[in-house]
Amino acid sequence: MPELKKTRKESMLLNIGPTHPAMHGIVRIIAELDGEEVVDTDVEIGYLHRAFEKHAEQDGYLQVIPYTDRLNYVSPLINNTGYCLAVEKLFGLETTERAKYIRVIMNELSRVTDHLTCVGASAMELGAFTVFLYMIKAREMIYQLIEEVTGARLTISYTRIGGVKADLPPDFASKCREILGECRGVLKEVDQLVTRNRIFVDRLKDIGVISQADAVAYGITGPFLRSTGIDYDVRRAAPYLVYDHFDFEIPVGEHGDNFDRYLVRMDEMEQSMRIVEQALDKIPGGPVLLDTQGNEISAADMVDEAKMGRVTGLCGKSASTDPTLEGSGRGIYEKIESGNKEAMMPPKEMTYSSIEGLMNHFKTVMVGHGIRPPKGEVYFPVEGANGELGFYIVSDGTDRPYRVRVRPPCFVIMAALSKILKGDTLADIVPTFGSVNMIGGELDR
Amino acid sequence: MGNLHDRVKERWPHAVLELHDDRGDETVVLMRDDFTVIMKALKEDPEFDFQMLMDLTAVDGKDLGWKPRFEVVYHLYSLSKNHRLRVKVRVNERDALMPTATTLWAIADWFEREVWDMFGIRFEGHPDLRRILMYDEFVGHPLRKDYPHNKRQPLIGPKN
Repeated sequence: MPELKKTRKESMLLNIGPTHPAMHGIVRIIAELDGEEVVDTDVEIGYLHRAFEKHAEQDGYLQVIPYTDRLNYVSPLINNTGYCLAVEKLFGLETTERAKYIRVIMNELSRVTDHLTCVGASAMELGAFTVFLYMIKAREMIYQLIEEVTGARLTISYTRIGGVKADLPPDFASKCREILGECRGVLKEVDQLVTRNRIFVDRLKDIGVISQADAVAYGITGPFLRSTGIDYDVRRAAPYLVYDHFDFEIPVGEHGDNFDRYLVRMDEMEQSMRIVEQALDKIPGGPVLLDTQGNEISAADMVDEAKMGRVTGLCGKSASTDPTLEGSGRGIYEKIESGNKEAMMPPKEMTYSSIEGLMNHFKTVMVGHGIRPPKGEVYFPVEGANGELGFYIVSDGTDRPYRVRVRPPCFVIMAALSKILKGDTLADIVPTFGSVNMIGGELDR
Repeated sequence: MGNLHDRVKERWPHAVLELHDDRGDETVVLMRDDFTVIMKALKEDPEFDFQMLMDLTAVDGKDLGWKPRFEVVYHLYSLSKNHRLRVKVRVNERDALMPTATTLWAIADWFEREVWDMFGIRFEGHPDLRRILMYDEFVGHPLRKDYPHNKRQPLIGPKN
């Protein structure tokens, strides 16, 4: 047999990004190609570095909360909750039962929006534009719901240390159920459109495969790890808030490829919606705390009275708040925040209308006062939409956190990306990268 | 049996400098010389079985007057046992060097690059210790306490 002439191997370097239509954030992938095959890649990150950890050291504990919105800006509520839970652990503080349920509901709604964005955007990149539009429609409905509760769509800063900013609006449960029903409709439609669609499946199946061992070595968590068949979920492994009160399943995949990740995310949305529904059924409405019963007053009235100087009548009264601070009377504050004065911020209306409220506000917010957790260090993991989101906080006993560290779930997946892409073709970079669900804010901090 | 950190202490009494389980987070402080051996055992011994390195970061203790100045913090997690351990190693400013953990956990690669980038702690044996979040021309290590938080550096244009 004649010896085959060895073909000359010449690789080509292709630069993808930092700004590229298929990149969900700013990231640069330098791919070394042999024909269409990816031989090696270098993933360069850091384009969205905003010094979150450094900034967090400059201000008080409460002032970090808005920064956490900007970490994973697709599911900011989970970041809020994670940070507040970590600080509460420092304080050794427990929030009220109702606040826990509210947090769970908002967390799960956030998870749904995150997965909707991820699946929708990756489907769009494969040509399924309809899916993208449907999913963004569903996400929009949830965003509106979130807006009604928190007053904002994205930069919500909803949780407070010790609780949440405001109670749920009165018709929340029915609205939420209605929207979940519509979401289910969208998911069903999407499922019918793409799950058995030849083009979609061929582009995802057996592409971007990662083995169980590799996923574990890279510290990958969340849907990405579960797609390989490991059922690790922080909500189950170390239940926080009230996750142990609910009945939900942890969907797992088998092959660790893009298609399994798609399926896991689709199933997780259903599970999240189940949790929300159970939480809506179980949420303790409960009587208002005894010592404030009958003493609540509409926040707007309170502020007006105070402006007129009629403060004697306000003594001992508490404001009922709502997210827009218009004071239309939406349940009272004590239900949703712990009573620990050292940690919690008083309602803004109290600040405007009574001297005690003003003093309390001053003591929690102003530089040099602020809330002061005892010395120590804590690590608190929560299940973010992309995996384990951990906050490691070191306190030196002053009003500023000494060190705040975020364990970003998509950072570890991006670290493994180079390995995952190796051996696939150039066109596979886009769907694989889409399934990572890279969020620049969280990746680069 | 006993607690996790107690077991680590029992097994390597000379290498564990300090231990606590403040707020339920079990923590051991190890000597740097024994670090690699103990981490390997923590990963591979079925008693501990820490297959996952969840997080790796550092804390600069300059403002608190720590001596040695830095603490490198590892958060380990075991999938099979569902337990966590925090391992800390203290390093000096002048001798800011740690043995790498990349041989044990693949993810240590990027985490160690980040710690080098942010704190200037080098990792001996790391295959490719480059900056990760900052650009190559950046001067200094921003998460050190003596790096002013509002300091600006010139933006670097493309080379040549």
